[in-house]
Amino acid sequence: MIQFQYVKPSKSKAAIDTVAKDQSAVFIAGGTNLVDLMKRGVMNPEKLVDINKLPLRKIERENGNVRIGALALNGAVAEDKLVLEKHPLLAQALNAGASAQLRNMATVGGNMMQRVRCPYFYDTAMPCNKREPGTGCGALEGYNRMHAIFGHSDKCIAVNPSDMNVALVALDAVVLVSGPKGDRKIPFAEFHRLPGDTPQIHTNLQQGELIMAVDVPENPYTKNVNYLKVRDRNSYAFALVSVAAALDLDGSTIKSARLAMGGVAHKPWRLNEAEQFLAGKPATEATFLQAAQIAMRGAKAFEHNKFKLTLGPNTIVQALKNASGVA
Amino acid sequence: MKDYFFQDTIGKPMDRVDGRLKVTGAAKYSAEYELPNMAHAVLVGSTIAKGSIKSLDTKRAENAPGVLAVLHYQNAPKVPGYAQAAHPTEPKPVGQPLQLFIDNQINFNDHPIAVVVADTLERAMYAAKLVKAQYNEEKHATDFNKNTAKAFLPTAAKRNPKHPLGDYVRGKEDAYKTEPLKIESEYVIPTEFHNPMELQSIIAHWEAADKLTVYDKTQAVMGTQNAFAKDWKIPVENVKVIATFVGGAFGNGLHTWPHETAAIMAAKKVNRPVKLMLTREQMFTMVGYRPHAWQKVGMSATKDGKITAITHEAIGQTSSYEEFTESTLQQTRMMYTSPNVTTRYRILPLDVSTPIWMRGPGEATGAFALESALDEMAFVLGMDPLEFRLINHTDKDPEKNLPWSTKYLKEAMQMGAERIGWSKRQLKPGMVKNGEWLVGYGMGVGTFGANRGRAKVKATLHKDGTLVMQSATTDIGPGTGTAMVQIAAQNLGLPPEKIVFELGSSLYPPSPSQGGSATVATVGSAVHAACQALKQRLTSMVAGNADTSFKGATVENLTFKDGYVSMTASPSARLSFADILKQQNLPELEVTEESTPDASLRQKYSMYSYSVHFAEVQVHPLTGQIKVTNMVSCADAGTIINAKTAGNQMIGGAVGGIGMALTEGAVMDHRFGRYVTKDLAEYHVPVHADAPNISSLFVNKPDLINNPNGTKGIGEIAIIGVAPAIANAVFNATGKRIRELPITPDKLI
Ligand SMILES: Cc1cc2nc3c(=O)[nH]c(=O)nc-3n(C[C@H](O)[C@H](O)[C@H](O)COP(=O)(O)OP(=O)(O)OC[C@H]3O[C@@H](n4cnc5c(N)ncnc54)[C@H](O)[C@@H]3O)c2cc1C
Ligand code: SF4
Repeated sequence: MIQFQYVKPSKSKAAIDTVAKDQSAVFIAGGTNLVDLMKRGVMNPEKLVDINKLPLRKIERENGNVRIGALALNGAVAEDKLVLEKHPLLAQALNAGASAQLRNMATVGGNMMQRVRCPYFYDTAMPCNKREPGTGCGALEGYNRMHAIFGHSDKCIAVNPSDMNVALVALDAVVLVSGPKGDRKIPFAEFHRLPGDTPQIHTNLQQGELIMAVDVPENPYTKNVNYLKVRDRNSYAFALVSVAAALDLDGSTIKSARLAMGGVAHKPWRLNEAEQFLAGKPATEATFLQAAQIAMRGAKAFEHNKFKLTLGPNTIVQALKNASGVA
Repeated sequence: MKDYFFQDTIGKPMDRVDGRLKVTGAAKYSAEYELPNMAHAVLVGSTIAKGSIKSLDTKRAENAPGVLAVLHYQNAPKVPGYAQAAHPTEPKPVGQPLQLFIDNQINFNDHPIAVVVADTLERAMYAAKLVKAQYNEEKHATDFNKNTAKAFLPTAAKRNPKHPLGDYVRGKEDAYKTEPLKIESEYVIPTEFHNPMELQSIIAHWEAADKLTVYDKTQAVMGTQNAFAKDWKIPVENVKVIATFVGGAFGNGLHTWPHETAAIMAAKKVNRPVKLMLTREQMFTMVGYRPHAWQKVGMSATKDGKITAITHEAIGQTSSYEEFTESTLQQTRMMYTSPNVTTRYRILPLDVSTPIWMRGPGEATGAFALESALDEMAFVLGMDPLEFRLINHTDKDPEKNLPWSTKYLKEAMQMGAERIGWSKRQLKPGMVKNGEWLVGYGMGVGTFGANRGRAKVKATLHKDGTLVMQSATTDIGPGTGTAMVQIAAQNLGLPPEKIVFELGSSLYPPSPSQGGSATVATVGSAVHAACQALKQRLTSMVAGNADTSFKGATVENLTFKDGYVSMTASPSARLSFADILKQQNLPELEVTEESTPDASLRQKYSMYSYSVHFAEVQVHPLTGQIKVTNMVSCADAGTIINAKTAGNQMIGGAVGGIGMALTEGAVMDHRFGRYVTKDLAEYHVPVHADAPNISSLFVNKPDLINNPNGTKGIGEIAIIGVAPAIANAVFNATGKRIRELPITPDKLI
């Protein structure tokens, strides 16, 4: 039997201390990602610190933010009144993820932390720099249809698989973290990393740091929003490409825009330049096309994912059309 | 005649007799049995595709807590029957199923190299991870496209050119090539996996040194019994096979597989019952699949739509150690009037495990190419594809030159066209829109032999008036027990509540495996015969009664209804079945009847089931997203015994076809010869969101030449022709002809 210890503290300090002290300890929330990885032998923690007793499930208004507890369930957040009112983009993104069963187990913190879905990462008989640094990247010259077109390195070309993260990065969320050295706030765009030379390091969270909540600042993007996910089947599949689009419209003029993509990079991919381009422009298909072109600058595809160079901009255009109501 | 088939029980959408057991979890599947002192086994597979084991380190596994044994080629109990399996007298071996642990050879990636047995599943799983192998690796060939030159004519056809797998020429060979109006296209389907919900599992229990009981997920109770008896050289009756419930199989339970032998070996070695259940990943290497296939169709037609020639070639993948073949090209030979037809079938051995029939085997693959090509030809002619098919409809079998036993395909086409609203379809693609979405309509036809085999049923009428029937068939989901109860209810005149049909045990009278859409025709005929025999016995009993009211009774002048026998002419003379037994002082009345199809009828008639599928799809022009928005599947499948379960089959087949068309396909990394999509997150079986409203319609006319109940099979035709219907609809929506499945969004942008 694979032996591991299991503890379920009721104070976050105890949870943090346990994981901070022990390199082989990890937090477990919904378990929908971690348990799979343990079964496949990809992650072999010796201690599981179950955080489900911690009071981190609340969704509330706090200082001009919607504050979502790290243990709030994906399904619950997607149906929450406050979220639907203030951040419908987030609700749409959550509902596009996984399946109803998974959303009812998966937590916001766990979703942020979910590992890549690269098949080489999952199969311990295959090479993978992320799982076993130095073994090579199996996907680079292998099957890379689902892989990155932005921000990859020759060490790793995997993508962050989350839908929620795409909306959160677009909405300028801030991650509230508590660790052995105290509390800190991490802007969402800085929470995830690019693989560089150290693909084994997944996020910028340090050992022992616990996600307590995520703050989503109130903003004008309550109406003209769209999360558009293109996938191989109509539910229960990861994105080929997804786009989170949010517009603040004044009549048919775009006052400001938020735009991010999923399924294209090792982190949720915010499209700042395209956003800047959109600001002040008329909400027309021609504008959207130009924005999409700007967004795709610097994209580089591999053998099986060249389609993303077309699907990416097309999905951006369509998401912006959906968000704006421009036919 | 008509009345007999359309009243009473036959055809009623009766609830499944085992429905309650299934939805409450009371139904027991093979892995759910708990035997005293049972141990657990986990199979370990190779991580290379070809070569041999250099060294095997099992020490750590053997020393792990709870481990009872680690078996491999150096220490596994010998399977005495293996030696027999080779055919030294035959000129060339056609290959044989994988023999477990006979040597250190590796034939495919995940080839079983060891089985770990422990007292608990968790301990066995852990120890399995500790088994390490070193290999002498050899260069493997797994890439179909790079190896097509190695494809060959199946040995069976080489030996006998008349074999159905052999090359076929009607009229002039490749006649389309010199015709002015023609098309020529290549089609590819990827490897597809059955992926039933229930994982393959077995509990093996040696009750004595020569007595084996298995609780096994199988479609073939007798086949499994025979295989194991032969392997272990024990009398057939010493092998007991239990498969009371099977949680879907789609064909992968038609053979015995290495994991079953592993469990039996393990049970022998540790002298305890052993349970072995495959993991989902192992379902991709251990129990077969629908083989990757390349096809090419050339077709020509006259301007007014008469097909003048078809050439259909196919290459299907098989393993290096076994020749797997299927009838991919059969539909092309017999479906359309074409005077010139050429078919050529080849197989391509690769360093992979052996395929196995998967729902609509062969024909579903072939129909994708043929029915797509028909659509392409109709488009070239500027003709409606339904009209094109009607023009080329044939009233007799052009291959065998025989009349059909029955064929109501035209009726099915009319029903379906009407229901889907075929008249909305435009000849030119991209003309119908729903907002931004492009709407398209497509159709595809399917056929499968209306097979029937030999089966035996034991029927026991008890003194309380209930009937218990038994036969060693299985039910992998279609509702076999329910259908048999309805056939018996109809034929014996007994309410269905009073009838039980027991299956899934080798202790019952023999039945063939549940495959080839033949169960209702095969076992249903034996049920029919058993009911006739019971009626005969009851008739002689009442006719001989002291009470003379049944004087001169014959089966024909009696009415059997609601568990009573009465004289049709004077219904006041009436006796219940129970009372008849009581009068005779009989605790029960038992008959065992075998039903065998009349072989001479197969010389006189050609027998097929038919389906036609209509699909409406919507495609987003920018994102390539595809939605099937409506489907109508119609079948000419003879008498429909149960409208509900038959409809379930059609809907299930249609969903399977949606998977084939749009979502399913396994991907292998050929550098390693190893699959990279081997779980249900990465291998996409369709989900609810992919399935639209699906209407299933039946012609429901009996085929009494085939069997006394008038049935023809449904299971296969439910999927055959669905994939091309959808691909053709995608073309009609977008003008894009996707000839390589699955049609994913990236192919449409
Ligand atoms: C079949 C399948 C399909 C899926 N499809 C999608 C999809 O389409 N889109 C999508 O977005 N997601 C998808 N998912 C992923 C799913 O969203 C994640 O599994 C889920 O969000 C993880 O949450 P969890 O609470 O179960 O995390 P766990 O499995 O419990 O944990 C995951 C990781 O997060 C860490 N962690 C958890 N909570 C905290 C915390 N508070 N602080 C610090 N670290 C923490 C754990 O240590 C662990 O390393 C799918 C998953 C499956 C299994
Ligand atoms: S892409 Fe990253 S996760 Fe995938 S094989 Fe390469 S290193 Fe591993």
